[in-house]
Amino acid sequence: MNDFLAARSQMALSLGFHIIYSCIGMVMPVFMAISHYKYIKTQNPVYKNITQAWSKGVAIFFATGAVSGTMLSFELGLLWPKFMEHAGPIFGMPFSLEGVAFFIEAIALGFFLYGWNRFNQWFHWFTGVLVGVSGILSGILVVSANSWMNSPSGFDYVNGQYLNIDPMRAMFNGAWFSESLHMTIAAFSATGFAVAGIHALMIYRKQNIEFHTKAFKIAIIFGAAAAILQPLSGDISAKHAAKRQPAKLAAMEAYFHTQTYAPLIIGGIPDTAAKKVNYAIELPGLLSFLVNDNFKQEVKGLDTIPIKDQPNVAVTHYAFQIMVGIGMLTMLIGVLYFIALWKKRSWLSKTWFLKLFIIATPLGFIALEAGWTVTEVGRQPWIIQDVMRTSEAITPMPGIQYSFYLFSFIYFTLSLAVIFLLQRQIKMVPELYDVK
Amino acid sequence: MLTVVIIFLFFAILLYFLLGGADFGAGIIELFTSTDNKQRTRSTMYQAIGPIWEANHMWLIIAVVILFVGFPDIYSKMCTYLHIPLLIMLLGIIARGTAFAFRNYDAIKGERTQMLYNNIFVYSSFLTPLFLGIIAGSAISRQIDFEATDFLSAYIFSWLNWFSVAVGLFTVTLCGFLAAIYLVGEATDEFDVKRFIKKAKVLNMAAFFCGGLVFLAAETLNIHMAHWIFGNPVSLTAVIAASISLILLWVTISRGKKQIARVFAAFQVSMILLSVGYTHYPNFIMGKNNKNLSLLTNHATSKTIDDLGIALLIGSLFILPSLFYLFYSFRGKTNHE
Ligand code: HDD
Ligand code: HEM
Ligand code: HEM
Repeated sequence: MNDFLAARSQMALSLGFHIIYSCIGMVMPVFMAISHYKYIKTQNPVYKNITQAWSKGVAIFFATGAVSGTMLSFELGLLWPKFMEHAGPIFGMPFSLEGVAFFIEAIALGFFLYGWNRFNQWFHWFTGVLVGVSGILSGILVVSANSWMNSPSGFDYVNGQYLNIDPMRAMFNGAWFSESLHMTIAAFSATGFAVAGIHALMIYRKQNIEFHTKAFKIAIIFGAAAAILQPLSGDISAKHAAKRQPAKLAAMEAYFHTQTYAPLIIGGIPDTAAKKVNYAIELPGLLSFLVNDNFKQEVKGLDTIPIKDQPNVAVTHYAFQIMVGIGMLTMLIGVLYFIALWKKRSWLSKTWFLKLFIIATPLGFIALEAGWTVTEVGRQPWIIQDVMRTSEAITPMPGIQYSFYLFSFIYFTLSLAVIFLLQRQIKMVPELYDVK
Repeated sequence: MLTVVIIFLFFAILLYFLLGGADFGAGIIELFTSTDNKQRTRSTMYQAIGPIWEANHMWLIIAVVILFVGFPDIYSKMCTYLHIPLLIMLLGIIARGTAFAFRNYDAIKGERTQMLYNNIFVYSSFLTPLFLGIIAGSAISRQIDFEATDFLSAYIFSWLNWFSVAVGLFTVTLCGFLAAIYLVGEATDEFDVKRFIKKAKVLNMAAFFCGGLVFLAAETLNIHMAHWIFGNPVSLTAVIAASISLILLWVTISRGKKQIARVFAAFQVSMILLSVGYTHYPNFIMGKNNKNLSLLTNHATSKTIDDLGIALLIGSLFILPSLFYLFYSFRGKTNHE
């Protein structure tokens, strides 16, 4: 493994790890705040138990998210010093504000976790809300830093110099809105389905039914609503990507030849050498429609882009198929849930219905990782689109593969530890929170 | 605005040292506590840092963000030449943070798992400040060679030298000392108070010893510490103030005024940092052959610095009062949860 590949893999690994914890850190406080609110309003102790049980899980996730985030803020420099040297002052604004948001989040979390029976209950509730709000805010901010890499703005690039830097314009770059929107919805959908799935499993096993049913409902309402909105926001993202990064769009679709009535290519195995996709379903005109809102207009294919500026087509295409496939599936499950809620109450306790959600537990997170793969691999070979190549950014220090192996081991161990701890939390629910 | 940003940078580093450092120190004390008393140390410590430990570590993030936004040259050079010690420090941060959370939130308090968390926690509490100190020492050691081409002199000898290691050990002892004094104020029964006072005394001696080590090690690199510290009035005053506050600290402790002792401890450490910081200002990194990176020349364009300064000022309006309230609410009380 050469240093370049090792550095890219280490970056991908760390981000892919961090994103799971940060999504949970963004969304779980919202769920907790709702259950906490219900407790204050109804005084039903089940809601208090749910809030406390969740908050213990969140503390574990939060700690892991915080350390992996600290790691990332150094890793950007450890792996890509040349990138940070130029990009830091330009896309740093969201990071500075994010620092503020994290700080508030950490303070509010201290109040929330240790504040039971200590403060006015509404103040205590509010600190929980604050954890969620600042978590979501920091998510939006950091994604707008990432979107700057896709859609660089706020500076003039003249003869290798970065001039007229304007951090505010860099922060509100062309892609910040579509990316942040899509990411925030994704966080709700992924976390919602994951949490709901775990509680569905417990209902299925007939343990603490009341506790798990109430918890399930809070989680799935958000998850299902987000899953229904997700394809809409994904469509906005795709339109933006087509304008900004035609190479990325073409790679996502494995779309080799520029044509009018451009077909939407679903599935298949891209053959980059022969410039075609085998075994795919092609829906003529649909890609033109998705990108331009009419069936005829030409869409730029990979043939308009020099080979040296093309991303890896197969990886981007597969990742995109996985994301969209899961997006459609979770949307469907979301619709089914609302039908059950409003029209077919009897479904809610049926085994097949619970099984559906149990199976869906990891889907959102898989789509999330796939989506980031689309965004990041689709941007290659650029680290800053059309400005700086990833290969120019890498650290001169050799031997990065050893640090990659080390971190693979650490993240693997930590993931196992978190799963182990979570399992123990769930196992203890009957003993700690059994209110008959 | 540059001044504002630099003040925030030093402020963040100082607070990380005083608050995050005391967290590390608590782990160091646990490492050197006899097995019988470990559990007592742990519960006092948990009371002291549980609610605030997450916030304490944010100062590091703030410092890093200020560096990479405002002083990208300095950040990227540090990350390149001090890659290895930074990586080890990060490993320490990861191990420590997760072990601390896991041992408190593991739903089943099994003996063996708790042992494992404890071990990871105490050893990484030692490792992390050791490497923080090594990094700080290396930054001013004149050993970083921006022109080096071979692996050893570019990436190893930039930080592996007696001076940096001595600064690392000095940092460890200072953290331990700070934590011992804080814990004296936190402990509720007489036995624990006595125990922590004894720890503080031992660590105070150790800090003296390691401080002397730093002076000696500096000579091996031809760095004349005495000149650095006694050569200018500000550093000299700071050192004198540190010594006086150390005396006052022991006087207040012997009179049982535990809260005031904390203030003296924090003041003393701040003065040590001030004296070292001031002699090097505005240089942040001092490299081989007088290649220095200065905060006054190696900064981002003024537009970026202005925006960063404004963000920090607005941010601190939110952060400082709420942080103060957090400390105020959880000072020396027993936990319900
Ligand atoms: C639960 C997760 C999830 C689901 C179900 C979907 N996405 Fe997604 N998608 C993401 C999670 C995600 C993501 C991980 O959050 C990304 C990566 C960067 C970003 O902003 O969002 C993303 C990126 C992303 C991009 C690339 C944007 C860019 O690079 O600028 C496009 C075009 C889409 N998505 C489109 C869709 C469509 C058409 C979906 C239809 C169902 C869809 N996504 C479902
Ligand atoms: C958390 C969600 C994210 C995930 C899962 C993710 C995933 C990835 C992946 C898979 C790569 C490797 C691409 C390749 O080399 O082929 C990568 C590279 C990179 N990402 Fe992201 N990314 C995320 C968000 C971000 C954010 C928010 C930033 C910065 C603000 C960022 C900065 C980078 C950088 C600097 C690289 C290395 C250079 C490059 O390969 O282009 N990423 N990321
Ligand atoms: C799309 C990508 C990302 C999202 C959505 C995201 C979001 C979050 C969130 C919500 C948290 C709060 C912690 C938690 O609740 O677990 C967090 C923590 C953190 N993140 Fe990320 N992050 C992303 C990528 C990054 C990157 C690229 C960096 C570094 C440059 C970073 C640095 C941090 C840091 C330092 C923390 C710890 C803050 C603390 O101690 O509270 N994150 N992230």
